[in-house]
Parts: sequence; C-alpha cells; structure tokens
Amino acid sequence: MDFKAPVESFAGSVREVSIGSGAKTVKIGGENRLAYSPFDEGSTPNPPRLALEVWDMAPEDWPESTTAPFADVLSDPVKWAQKCVDYGADMVCLRLVSTDPSTKNAPAEAAAQTAKQVAQAIKVPLIVCGSGDEKKDAEVLPKVAEACSGESLLIGPAVKENFEPIAKACQEHGHSIIAQSPLDINLMKELSIKLSKVFPADRIVIDPLSSALGYGMEYSFTIMERTKQTGVAFKDAMTQMPIIADLAAESWKTKEAKSDEKQGILWEGITAVSLLLAGANLAVLRHPDSLKLVSDTLR
Amino acid sequence: MAVKGTDIVKKLPDLGKKNCKECGFPTCFAFAMKLASGGATLDKCPHLSPEVTEELEDALSPAIKLVTVGTGDNALQVGNEEVVFRHDKTYVHPTGIGLLISDTEDSAKVDEKIKKISDLQFDVVGINLKADLLALKCDSGKKDTFLALVDKVCKSTGVPFMLICEDADILLAARDICADRRPLLYPVTKNNIDKIIPAIKEKPGPLGVKADSLEELIPLTTRLKEEKIDEVVIDPGSKDLMEAINDQTFIRRAAIKQGFRPLGYPTIAFPGTLAKGELKEILVASALVIKFAAVLILTDFDEFGLRPLLMQRLNIYTDPRMPLSVEEKLYAVGEPGETSPVLITTNWALTYFIVSAEIESSKVSSWLLVKEAEGLGVLTAWAAGKFNGDSIAPFLKRSGVEDKTKTRKLVIPGKVARIKGELEDALPGWEIIVGPREATEITGFLPGYAAKLKN
Ligand code: SF4
Repeated sequence: MDFKAPVESFAGSVREVSIGSGAKTVKIGGENRLAYSPFDEGSTPNPPRLALEVWDMAPEDWPESTTAPFADVLSDPVKWAQKCVDYGADMVCLRLVSTDPSTKNAPAEAAAQTAKQVAQAIKVPLIVCGSGDEKKDAEVLPKVAEACSGESLLIGPAVKENFEPIAKACQEHGHSIIAQSPLDINLMKELSIKLSKVFPADRIVIDPLSSALGYGMEYSFTIMERTKQTGVAFKDAMTQMPIIADLAAESWKTKEAKSDEKQGILWEGITAVSLLLAGANLAVLRHPDSLKLVSDTLR
Repeated sequence: MAVKGTDIVKKLPDLGKKNCKECGFPTCFAFAMKLASGGATLDKCPHLSPEVTEELEDALSPAIKLVTVGTGDNALQVGNEEVVFRHDKTYVHPTGIGLLISDTEDSAKVDEKIKKISDLQFDVVGINLKADLLALKCDSGKKDTFLALVDKVCKSTGVPFMLICEDADILLAARDICADRRPLLYPVTKNNIDKIIPAIKEKPGPLGVKADSLEELIPLTTRLKEEKIDEVVIDPGSKDLMEAINDQTFIRRAAIKQGFRPLGYPTIAFPGTLAKGELKEILVASALVIKFAAVLILTDFDEFGLRPLLMQRLNIYTDPRMPLSVEEKLYAVGEPGETSPVLITTNWALTYFIVSAEIESSKVSSWLLVKEAEGLGVLTAWAAGKFNGDSIAPFLKRSGVEDKTKTRKLVIPGKVARIKGELEDALPGWEIIVGPREATEITGFLPGYAAKLKN
C-alpha cells in the first residue's frame, strides 16, 4: 500500500477584514484552509493576531500578577495602550468598563472621547468593546463610532438585541463590527444573517464567546473549529467571517489563574493556543508574558 | 475507515449464504452486521478458514491500534481513536502525559520526580487528574547506571514507564529486569529493528518506533506487522512544533480517512525537544494534546504547569455529545445536612459545573437547586422568563429540599437580585439572600454565610 500524503483542499474561504486606517492597517482572515495547516492547498494570507486589553478605568479585581506589568499606567488608558504596543501587541482592545450601569455608569460621550484619544495615540489598530450591558452599549458604541470616524476600529460586542444602532453608526463611520452570540453555532449564523442585511459582511468579525480553560473552553473550541470547517470546507457564507477569541477576562477570572502567576500565564496561554488552533483569527489577552509565550509558540 | 457489514458478509462461508446459525445469529448476514458494529467476535463462526479469519481480523481492527503500557489499574491505554475532529464524534483515550527521568540526574532529583508523578493529583468536579507515566532515559551510556535507575523506579512506584536508550543491548537488558511491567521500549529504528524483533517475540510488549520522517516510519511498522508485532506507538521525528502539527495531522488523516494501516498507530512526541523553557514546553504540549499526540513526554513539570495541561486534556477529551444542560433537580454538593446553605442556579451545563466546582472548592457542603431553564445562563434565563418567582417557587416545592433541610434561606445569583421580592412573595416562609454576581465569588461568600446560618 503506497502512502499518499493526505493533503486537503477546500472550496470556501474566510472573508478578509481590515482593521485600522492608513499605515496601521492590519488584516485578519482571508484564508481558504483550516488553522495552522500550511501543508494543505490554499493560502493563509494573514497570521492570527494577538491583542492586549486596556480598561478605561483602573481595575479593582485583577490579580496582582496582571496589574504589575502596567502598574504605573493603570489609570491612564492612553499610556496603558502605548505600553501594550511596547509589549508587542498587534492590536489593543480598549474595554469601556466605566460605562457599566451597575458600576460607574460613565456617560457615553466621555467614553467615546477616551476611545478617540487611545485610537490616535497608538500605532496599531484599536478594538473597542462596550461593558457588555446591551442597552448601554447601544448608546455608547454609536458614540464611539462617531467620535472615531475614519479610524476603522473594530467595535463590539453587537448582540441580537442591540446590533441595529451599532451597525448603523459603524456603517456610517467606516468601522468593523464584532457580532457576539452565546456559544451556539446556529445563534451565531442567525445573527450573521440579520446583521449582514444591514451591514457589509466583509466588516463582520464573529465572537462565539470564549470560555476559559476548565470552564467550558471545549465548547468555544469546538464551535470555532466547526465554524471554520463549515465556512472553508462547506462554503457556508454566514460562517465565513474571521473569529475573535476574547479570552482575557474569562481566563483571569478563574481561581486557578488568580492563585499563581505562572499558572495564570499558562491558563491564559493554553486557552489562547487552543482557540487559535481551533481557528480564531484574533485573540485578546491580558498578560504581556502570555502574549509573548503564545506568539513564540505559534509563529 | 470502518468496514461495512455488507462487505464482511461476502467473506463468510458460501458467500454468506450458509446460514447454519452456529454463531448464535439467525443468518450469516446478521452475524456480519454485528461484527461490523463491534457487537460480536469472529471466533463465534466455526467455519472460517485461517486466511479469511486473518483478513477479516485486519479489516475489523480499529483504524488506530489500541496500545497498553504498564499493567493493572495503572496501565495507560492510548489509540483506538476514530475521528479527526472531536465534533465528529469524540476522542476516546486521553493523551498520556509522561515525566522524563535521565540516568544522569542526581538521586535527589530522581526521588523528587518519582514523588511528583504520584503526588501531583488534582480533583476537578469529582474527576481525578494526574500524569500517567515515567520515561526513563539512558544518557550515561552505561548499562549499570541505567539498570540501577530502572530497578529503583520499578521498586518504588506502580506507574507505567517507558525505557529510552539508543543502545539496543542496554535497552533490552533494562527491559529484561522489568518485562512483567510491560514497559514501552523506545526507540526502535532502522538500525536496531533486527535486534529488537526476536527479543519482542520472546517477551511481547509495546514498542516506540522512531524515524526521521513519516515516510521512513512506514517500512518499519510494515516490517513489525509482518512479524506480527503491532503494539506500537510511532514518532515521526518532528523538528519543531509546526512540523509536528503537520506530521501528527497527516498520521491521523492517513489512519482515519485513508485507512492506511502502516500509520494506524498512536503517536508519541517530546515537547522539550520542540521548545525550550518550562512554560513554553507546557504550551507546546498543549498544542499537541489538540493535534492528536497520544503520548507526550515532558522533561519536567510542576504543579503550575501540569494542572492547566491536564485540565486542557480533560476539556478536549470530554465527549462533545454530552448535553449542554443538566437535569433539573436538587443536587448535593459535598455532604450537606439540615443546616447547610441552599443555593439556586440554572441548568446550563457550564453554569452548573462552574457553580458546583466553586461550592466544592469553598469546602462548604451545600444544597444546589438546578432549575430547568432550557440550558440558558442565569441572566438570559431570567430575561426569557424561565428563572423568576413564578417558575422557581413550584420547582423548589417539588424538589424536596424542604424535607432535607431546616434552612429556609435561599441564595440566588447576584445577577438576578431583582427577583428577590417576587420570590419572597411566591415562597412564604423563605428568606431570599442575594448571593455573588460571579460564580468565582462563591468561595469568598459561602464560608462566612454558612457560619452565620449555623448561629
Ligand atoms: S456460524 Fe458462520 S456460517 Fe454459520 S450462520 Fe454464523 S456466520 Fe454463517
């Protein structure tokens, strides 16, 4: 029996999404094969990108190991973001935590100004995330889109309850959108379908939710792997969007990550490696050491 | 590539028309179908020629050979995988994680590693996680030194082990002092295979075959198969992680999708040769847990590295067909009694696992009510009207919790603090306590709360 290398080729491809304007443009997606399979036919024009997260207010419940690398800049999102770039982040993910109605409930305008300052201060593209409160995000994110017009941000999360106003503003001001759905491939497709009726499909990045290692990581893993397979192998247009694995907060929330620095770095690192191998095109991390470790390991 | 019953039946006596029923099945066809699904064995039909038996045995054997290292309860089994993607069905035999001991390490280090392999164990929602084997390596080149190490490990631990030595004479001498423990012998290469074959025929046991590439493995496994030796794990000699991902993927695809027998074996890899540094080695290992490695040998590990690696292995090898929701009922976490706390959450599997794990690690035995909410998380369930006063109250009554405990205080998730009022209206006699918003805060909350309950 002769051996024939089982090289595979696929008919579908993932859409390519550009984030950032001018010289700082970074593209994600665009591949027509599965993740980390350079041995198959086709091409992977853009490697997976790694972002570090920044909060718009000093975090209170982060483990010491994750605040230490940013100790002097935690209450200055602009400097914090610059530091992330120094640590080698391909992108920065600014989280507008202060707007959460259950905590500071900061006004949308103020948050939008912070986003603008950060976007203008860094030489890499910016991702801006709301607090996750659907109603408030529907107010905050359009303001961000407007204030940062022309910066080509990646803005989210847009969920099925609030995507309309966010999509409208992002459409108008030239941004891309994170479409988020809760760990279910069908709900994800449903949202992609609805969103792509009012918003260009090649500016959508999907977020099927990233659970941390030990806390449901396998669900995220398999949804991402299946999403990529459905898009690339079975040519389903509504799963052919790049995937974002926003895993920082989930990883560092675990008691395992909080209890020991090295274990925390590995907790975040293994979650990232797993989801990148599953097909995520962009991962958001918190600790600069896990960023470096993941980058060294998978590139 | 699973063989079909309709193909098997043609090989049975009289082209499958004999139908003598001696196998216990009404027809040859029925027997063939059972064979294909794994529900019967070939020996039940007394009318098969040796040639047909051999041919069918081969066709019926799994795409990836099952290999056992060690003996008894501690034995490590790898292989028998049936799919490339875990979502196609499930992975079955979790990657064996091994710890390397070199015979050039000093005795304190050796003792430390022997201790580690048995001491580093972790409990996760009732599942015990631990590493699986020791890999004893001859770096000294000296037979006596290596044999002394093998002897010491043999006497001090029951975990399975593998023997690594480039010199086949030393390797076989070491095997001879512990053959009854079924060690995995490594490496079998094109240079020593002639010496190894007779020794293995004499005392059968698992072999680790190594070559510099996937193609070069093929003549070696083919040769062993001709000698009827097939308890084999294979090492394609990958030089870095990307090459390892390529090799591992091709081996898995060749075995499963092409039914290519010469590569139908579980694989072994050494992350320490692919990356240097304690954290990087663990990360590389985690990539290979996903990319099909059946055995991974680490140069060293500590708690902070082994725990996340074993957790990841558990995650990846969990059956994805398991439902995303758990049964609605009253769960006892630990050994709760009449004065233990009572908590409630929804029946999304993740919510349940996380909450029960947190209660467990708080070391406060508790009653956990898990309310059917179409497998939704707490906040979504509330929004969908599945987790409110009207629906929780009848469930609580049905659950029997009132007979199990005198406690009349119910802890609700902080995220749905707003249902406190309606729940108190619906449950006269019960006081509603607003608990933590995040499951991770339960460990901080429960001990103090439980102490207050007792007073
Ligand atoms: S014993 Fe063999 S020949 Fe007889 S019915 Fe069964 S399979 Fe057919």
